[in-house]
Amino acid sequence: MNGPLLEVDGLTVLLDVEGARRAVLRDISFTMRPGEAVGLVGESGSGKSMTARAIGRLLPRGAEVHGAIRFGGSDIGGLSGAALRRYRGQVAMIFQDPRAHINPVRRIGDFMTEALRTNLGVPADQARRRAADMLAQVGIEDGMRRLRQYPHQMSGGMLQRIMIAAALLTEPRLLLADEPTTALDVTTQAEVMAILDGLRRDFGLAILFITHDLELAAAICDRTVVMYAGQIAEVRASSLLHDDPLHPYTAALAAARPDITQTARRLRAIPGRPLSAFEAPAAECAFAPRCPHARDICREALPALAELDGGLSRCARASELRGQLQEVPRA
Amino acid sequence: MSATAPLADPAFPHGPAAPRGGPGAARRGRVHEALALLRATGPVGIASAVIIAVAILMAVFGTFIAPYDPNLPNLSLAWGAPSGGHLLGYDFQGRDVLSRLLVGARTALLGPLAVVAGSMAAGVLLAVTAAWRRGASDAVISSGLDILFAFPGILLAVLAAAVFGPGLAAAAIALAVAYMPYVARVLRGAALKERGQPYVAALEVQGASATSICLRHLISNMMPLIVAQATILFGYAMVDLAAISFLGLGVQPPEPNWGVMISENQVGLAQGYPLPALVACACIVVVVIAVNVLGERLFEQAQRAYR
Amino acid sequence: MNWRFFARRLAMLAASLLVASFVIFAALYLAPGNPISALSGGRSLPASSMAVLEQRYHLNESFLAQYWYWLDNALHGNLGISITLRENVSTLIASRVWTTAGLVLYASLIIAVLGIGIGIVAGLRPGALDTGTLVTTAVSAAIPAFVAAIVLILLFAVRLGWFPALGNGTDLASNIRHFTLPAIALAISSLAIVARVTRASIREEGEREHVQTAVSRGIPGRKVIQRHILRNAAIPITTVTGITIASLIAVAAVVEVAFGLNGLGAYLVQAAQSKDLAVVQGISLLLVTAFVVVNLLVDVLYAVLDPRVTLGSRVQ
Repeated sequence: MNGPLLEVDGLTVLLDVEGARRAVLRDISFTMRPGEAVGLVGESGSGKSMTARAIGRLLPRGAEVHGAIRFGGSDIGGLSGAALRRYRGQVAMIFQDPRAHINPVRRIGDFMTEALRTNLGVPADQARRRAADMLAQVGIEDGMRRLRQYPHQMSGGMLQRIMIAAALLTEPRLLLADEPTTALDVTTQAEVMAILDGLRRDFGLAILFITHDLELAAAICDRTVVMYAGQIAEVRASSLLHDDPLHPYTAALAAARPDITQTARRLRAIPGRPLSAFEAPAAECAFAPRCPHARDICREALPALAELDGGLSRCARASELRGQLQEVPRA
Repeated sequence: MSATAPLADPAFPHGPAAPRGGPGAARRGRVHEALALLRATGPVGIASAVIIAVAILMAVFGTFIAPYDPNLPNLSLAWGAPSGGHLLGYDFQGRDVLSRLLVGARTALLGPLAVVAGSMAAGVLLAVTAAWRRGASDAVISSGLDILFAFPGILLAVLAAAVFGPGLAAAAIALAVAYMPYVARVLRGAALKERGQPYVAALEVQGASATSICLRHLISNMMPLIVAQATILFGYAMVDLAAISFLGLGVQPPEPNWGVMISENQVGLAQGYPLPALVACACIVVVVIAVNVLGERLFEQAQRAYR
Repeated sequence: MNWRFFARRLAMLAASLLVASFVIFAALYLAPGNPISALSGGRSLPASSMAVLEQRYHLNESFLAQYWYWLDNALHGNLGISITLRENVSTLIASRVWTTAGLVLYASLIIAVLGIGIGIVAGLRPGALDTGTLVTTAVSAAIPAFVAAIVLILLFAVRLGWFPALGNGTDLASNIRHFTLPAIALAISSLAIVARVTRASIREEGEREHVQTAVSRGIPGRKVIQRHILRNAAIPITTVTGITIASLIAVAAVVEVAFGLNGLGAYLVQAAQSKDLAVVQGISLLLVTAFVVVNLLVDVLYAVLDPRVTLGSRVQ
């Protein structure tokens, strides 16, 4: 397959928020190639989860969708019935809180093999064997015994691995990972990240990794998409994100994370509070009120997402600020 | 939780109950909070509260505003249709139905009130004790409560009537005893949750005594739930007590009571005089609906405070 | 299922019954006057009858010994003699037990089928049907059984003549006719409660995250409803239905009196009024046992449906 695996093209989503129809995603555009890992980073309310849900066709009822999402070249917006089910087999999703996302009254085996049995007609014992094998791939031994257990008998970390294993059973080409490690402790986090990375290489799986942690995304993702207030702020190769960011928000995010190797007299926070997607103004840069580099041009119109040095940036002053953004002026 | 609590901290939704400035301020503050809670239940909740208030007025002032003597029989007027001042006609003994309804409100509402007061008091005490001490005391109390669940209210009331003779007092006490385990079980869960809040540990460290923490903070913070539970329980008590009076084991005739009025006038149904029995039914149903609706909404408010 | 759980619940049941039977027994002593006057219901008896009573109830021995004799007798089916009818309480009970059992079963069927059915439909389809259901159930839940009895008698027996107003039937077919209005009266408020809880549970389960997971995997809608929403909602639904049915055991008395049915409940009320304590004790014991057993079955069912439950009674 030559073309991109996933194309998100001008995606705008409107929802009813507190009685009014507001945009929760505005003009989201990026692409993913087969087998590529892309990070989707942003704070709460930035719209990263909503983007994943849009791709996974899991938007809440009543959502209005503009723009297009194309998977393997075809538009997924119009899919329904059997075609939609096939799509869902190709695009798997894993979620933040595994315990809430797995049915507590059914056995693990039932959970893992459900899609195989129902959608692909795989006979039960064969499905169980494949599930047990996949459990071994994610580092869970004694799979057949685990399949007979219930979720409440397992730790959060183990449940997350089970969810990952279950997602891979239908041999998807794209995995949407919605903050899979946020609810886990740091050591388990590292293990799960390692599993995801290994699986990507073994299965040629493309991963859209959603997180609020810039560094975490950089750990396994080649490219990172930074979102703010329901819009894309920057798309950049992960390796360049820290040293040569193209948007002041990215720089501020990177600088705000306390560095374990340095002592700082004061933690650097970004002044003000993050805007939710539906609060973002339509005619100016959403980050301008908090941006130390804001000028009049930033408030005249909504900056367009423009290409710069192989990445994308929604900063109106991106090219003139090149090279100055690592040094965030002290508040 | 309370918008006026100066110590409230968004990180700790359940703070210690706000310190009050003097008894006058306390009363005003609490009335204010109560009204705010009522307003939060919406127009339906307020309408229900109005209906309940009317019933309470009937109960308190019934004997004064009743147009005729509710207990004066006049068999020649039995089953008479509504006429003149007798807006609802006459019952099977020729007594004025409207007057009997008005006076009957007293026992219809007073009995449940006593039941609720008794079972809530005992239930709160047990629930808070079990939640505060935890461990062995909790296990003992909880097991005890589980065992006490064996008696449905009406059954215990019938037993009490057989032993002590029929009457409102025996029935009310029996119902209070039967409801108490249920109340304690529901409140114990909330009390445990409250007990685990950080501010309780903070107060303990400061040296506050268990009783003062429980009374001034724990129970205060549980108030919305307690009020909601009491309201719902009132509905159950009304129905159960009316049923017991209907059976002839509660309020004794000739004392007017809605439940008794239904059983006394039931014969009228087949004879073509359904009105006395029906109006008594309507009174009970309307008040119980109002109580249930209000109770449900108060419960929702209480749940929201715990989210 | 966890056998330790079951054993513990059985032990609780035994303890419950022991305490309940003790209370029922002790009623004899709580009654004003002495036990003999309580047993005789305040009537004066010839000396020979009093001697018989003293011997039968071991009134000369200690309180606990008397309790033991009474309990032992009860477990062997001997519940004493009715003072008013001069017959064995057990016989008197046996002739009436099927009336009550039939009534409770009939009502339970109505509650389970209609209550759960309406609740499921309302829960799965938001809209006009749902709002209508909410309003109707809010009103019906407040209708006590005896009020429902009055209205049903007026409408369907007196005015329309579809059903008889009073009394038991003679054979199965006429029994069903005679029991229909009473069963409906008994069921109406419980039906409303079950419908509301069912609807709320279905709504709640439908919003849970694990349902999202199933949808995200392309599981067809009907299967999602069946395997995830209904299956999980079954836990609170069966619990509430079970508790509600258990409560019917006591409320049946009111319906029996209203409809003139010759059941245990009506007889219990009669005996209470005539202070026939032996009968009151006997029927109370039976009803309490039935109540506790039904509650135990609900707990067991809950443990079967919810694998997370290990020990202790169900979380309310």
